[in-house]
Amino acid sequence: MTVNPSGWRPSTPANAEGEAQTVTGNRALMLEEPLIFEMDGADTTGVDFDEFLPGTGSGTSEAGGGAGVTGSSPPPSALRAATSPSRGGSRIGGLERTAPIGLPGLSEPETVRHYTRLSRQNYAIDLGLFPLGSCTMKHNPRLNEKVARLPGFADVHPLQPQETVQGALQVINELAFWLLDLTGMHGVAMSPKAGAHGELCGLLCIRAALEARGDKREVVLVPESAHGTNPATAAFAGYRVENIPANAAGRVDLDALTSRLGPDVAAVMITNPNTCGLFEPDMKRISDAVHAAGAFVYCDGANFNAIVGKVRPGDLGIDAMHINLHKTFSTPHGGGGPGSGPVVVSEALAPYGPLPFAAKMPDGSFKIVEEESAAEMHPETFGRMTAFHGQMGMFTRALTYILSHGADGLQQVAEDAVLNANYILRSLEDVLDAPFAGSGPCMHEAIFSDKGFADGVSTLDLAKAMIDEGFHPMTMYFPLVVHGAMLIEPTETESKAGLDQFIAALRSIAERARAGDPAMKAAPVHAPRRRLDETLAARKPVLSFRQPAPDAASAGLKEPVGGG
Amino acid sequence: MRYLPLSDADRSAMLQVVGAGSIDELFKDVPAEARLTGPIHGLPMHASEMAVERHMIALSRKNMAAGDVPFFLGCGAYKHHIPASVDHIIQRGEFLTSYTPYQPEIAQGTLQMMFEFQTQVARLLGCEVANASMYDGSTAMWEAILMGHRITRRNKTIVSSGVHPHYVNVATTMAKFTGDALDTSLPELDATSDVERLLGKIDGETSAVVVQYPDILGRITDLTPIAEAAHAAGALLIAVITEPVALGLIKSPGEMGADIVVGEGQSIGVGLQFGGPYVGLFACREKHVRQMPGRLAGETVDAEGKRGFVLTLSTREQHIRREKATSNICTSSVLCALAFTAHLTLLGEKGLRQLAQLNHARACEVAARLVAIPGVELVNDGFFNEFTLRLPVEARPAVHAMVERGVIGGISLGRLYPGIDALQNGLVVAVTETATDADIDALEAALKEVVR
Repeated sequence: MTVNPSGWRPSTPANAEGEAQTVTGNRALMLEEPLIFEMDGADTTGVDFDEFLPGTGSGTSEAGGGAGVTGSSPPPSALRAATSPSRGGSRIGGLERTAPIGLPGLSEPETVRHYTRLSRQNYAIDLGLFPLGSCTMKHNPRLNEKVARLPGFADVHPLQPQETVQGALQVINELAFWLLDLTGMHGVAMSPKAGAHGELCGLLCIRAALEARGDKREVVLVPESAHGTNPATAAFAGYRVENIPANAAGRVDLDALTSRLGPDVAAVMITNPNTCGLFEPDMKRISDAVHAAGAFVYCDGANFNAIVGKVRPGDLGIDAMHINLHKTFSTPHGGGGPGSGPVVVSEALAPYGPLPFAAKMPDGSFKIVEEESAAEMHPETFGRMTAFHGQMGMFTRALTYILSHGADGLQQVAEDAVLNANYILRSLEDVLDAPFAGSGPCMHEAIFSDKGFADGVSTLDLAKAMIDEGFHPMTMYFPLVVHGAMLIEPTETESKAGLDQFIAALRSIAERARAGDPAMKAAPVHAPRRRLDETLAARKPVLSFRQPAPDAASAGLKEPVGGG
Repeated sequence: MRYLPLSDADRSAMLQVVGAGSIDELFKDVPAEARLTGPIHGLPMHASEMAVERHMIALSRKNMAAGDVPFFLGCGAYKHHIPASVDHIIQRGEFLTSYTPYQPEIAQGTLQMMFEFQTQVARLLGCEVANASMYDGSTAMWEAILMGHRITRRNKTIVSSGVHPHYVNVATTMAKFTGDALDTSLPELDATSDVERLLGKIDGETSAVVVQYPDILGRITDLTPIAEAAHAAGALLIAVITEPVALGLIKSPGEMGADIVVGEGQSIGVGLQFGGPYVGLFACREKHVRQMPGRLAGETVDAEGKRGFVLTLSTREQHIRREKATSNICTSSVLCALAFTAHLTLLGEKGLRQLAQLNHARACEVAARLVAIPGVELVNDGFFNEFTLRLPVEARPAVHAMVERGVIGGISLGRLYPGIDALQNGLVVAVTETATDADIDALEAALKEVVR
């Protein structure tokens, strides 16, 4: 066994079953992997550079020093630091780095192996059902990945002269067109970087529209069942947040909402379908009431997958809605980003949308409307939300996906997503409490509560037991309106056989939960790690690697240094 | 429908279990008048993989790819060579198709990679801690300004004229709505940035001073005096980086006293991608960590005492604190952070230094050759791999004239600062390791012709 400089050694598993210890700490395909800082890479690099010999270009220069020599650059040869002083000399101006940075390097084989080993400790859609309510973890088609990597998309600079990026602008414009088509809205802001950024964009449009009419409103109403991003965004945009309760049927309490409307309310943020997996049937009435009170309706589009091609938000009186391209339109979640959150807006809000956007000109060419052309083409914009033009890499993927499915396919997506969720709801409602089962069908996700679990067994225990069955847990403890909530969204990309297997596993776990199986407290036992101590992590934060003192070099956790 | 596994037989069998006569019954909560009966009008029907691919390839060919021409653009996005193994790593399905690691027992791959990324970023920027990424550099800068307000309980921020104008515009847009005070100004085509202005403006109400390093014109300023002046007034120094490769050669902002360092990590591992997705870097002092936005991976142990990693300090975040969160950010840019960390792991300290030296040497060479063209002047005293030229003609038409000669030769300040007469002749040129001798010859020849 190699001993790395820090003295780190893989810890040896000694779990409940008391498996025999191994010399390496690894068991079969369960591999322990040190941190890169614990490997011997202080003076290693996995990259070779061309030599650079200044003044070998074929151009002749009028400048003194080093006449141009004819010939191309020398062939790549042995690695050599390109330290030759150029004719310009060093121009750093006395700010050279003197102290080492402390960045380890690995050769290419070591690097590939390190990350491949790490990857094997992850659950992923590619491995199985990912039933996370409100997150729409659908299959990520590989054609999307291939297209996004075409040099004409991947290797294009955002500030290239516009005549050299007409194809990129056409992608943005085409995607924008289809998003408007699918939502029945008037305009779309493509630049927001993610869902929450899109929420912010929508609220800023609303704020700008209100300010344009000299209306100072300070409150945004948010249902209790909303994603945490909704109230956080409203606060971030400078609004005071007030909660709207849900009724017993899991929907917005219409009376509570309408009675709270008034001249101080700027907007209502609704999620539809909502986070209980239910469609708000009174959406149009809500919108009418909100509009009558001089306010705007923001819709959190996280659950758009359930209704894409079935109903258009624009027909429900919605003023602004973000679309998570990484949910409905299949761009990969990547372990937590990047996402993309274009915002579709109504006619009332469109003039205030952010810069930049791609406009189609009368001659058929495309133009980026940015600071320079804003005055003539988009004078009332509230401004810029991000550098450059938004998440281009996600636009190409989402457009590829939309064209693959087409109008008929997208409608089928919503139908299959809803069917799969109802199939789970009805197959499990006899073993898990489904608080809104009596409200009729659910949309794209099924919600259950912890009612009926034996004392001492929690939703968390059930979730961890699912890991041992080979599934990623569902969304837990959200929305807050359901006790011990379990929110299951299968998406349309699961087969019936896969759903049946999932249902069988969940039935068995639910029965154990009702019976109070003490073993559930220990779950998971078959994952790369047992339950992790999150309290310790928060109490003594260790947020970056610190070289342990030589005498502390032993297996296990080092005493953390510092702390918040 | 190649992405839909259900067959019609499956659908019928499932509808029976559900107890619905038709799919439409499941949509009964959607008011009939709003429900679409047929496929949405306008959008074509589904298409084969081959047909879609063909369409997208045709669109991609309408763009000039940076790798196909002599290419010298920077200003916040840089063309560097990315080792092939980086893209292989980020396409591992276990990374690509996983979710935010809220279930740490089955997300150690992402969590350990985040922890490694945080450590690399903190060390590179010269700070104690870093988060696991933001959307991009521009949004990270605004979050840093807000974080400064939370720390100092003041709301006035002075922004250097050397900060990328898009970044400034993002902050200006947001400040307009939040009521935070921003003091901004336009750059001048001058060798020194606006240090004197900044020093003269700092007072007892200043929350933070924001400086870009190297700045939008490529100038490199010693941040130490600004940090000292800010700290003396009880204010913070926020440094912004758009070219992290520079830190292989020049001192980090943290070393010079910056309290918060944010930036764009695109230039390591991510690629140009027409502006996104990119990866925002965010680092600060450990004592301020609870005011930091974004996700954090932290070290802990599992029930058997084995080391492992979890998302931590999430009481700062929206899913716990809702309207009281430090930020509304939810999604970050983890896959781009993976590309960054994998590329930086391949480079290591030695490789990053070599890469930085190579960039600098190339840029010095190009600068020396371009200033030899009659009428062309170099604005900068110092620079890393990007510098600004004052042309004898307006830069904007010069850029387009160079495109006609097959060269993408730089970014005109006129595009970044429309309508500002004093900047119209400025051209920002970035030179990385990807510029071949032939590229440099072509740039020199093209610029010579267009300024004549």
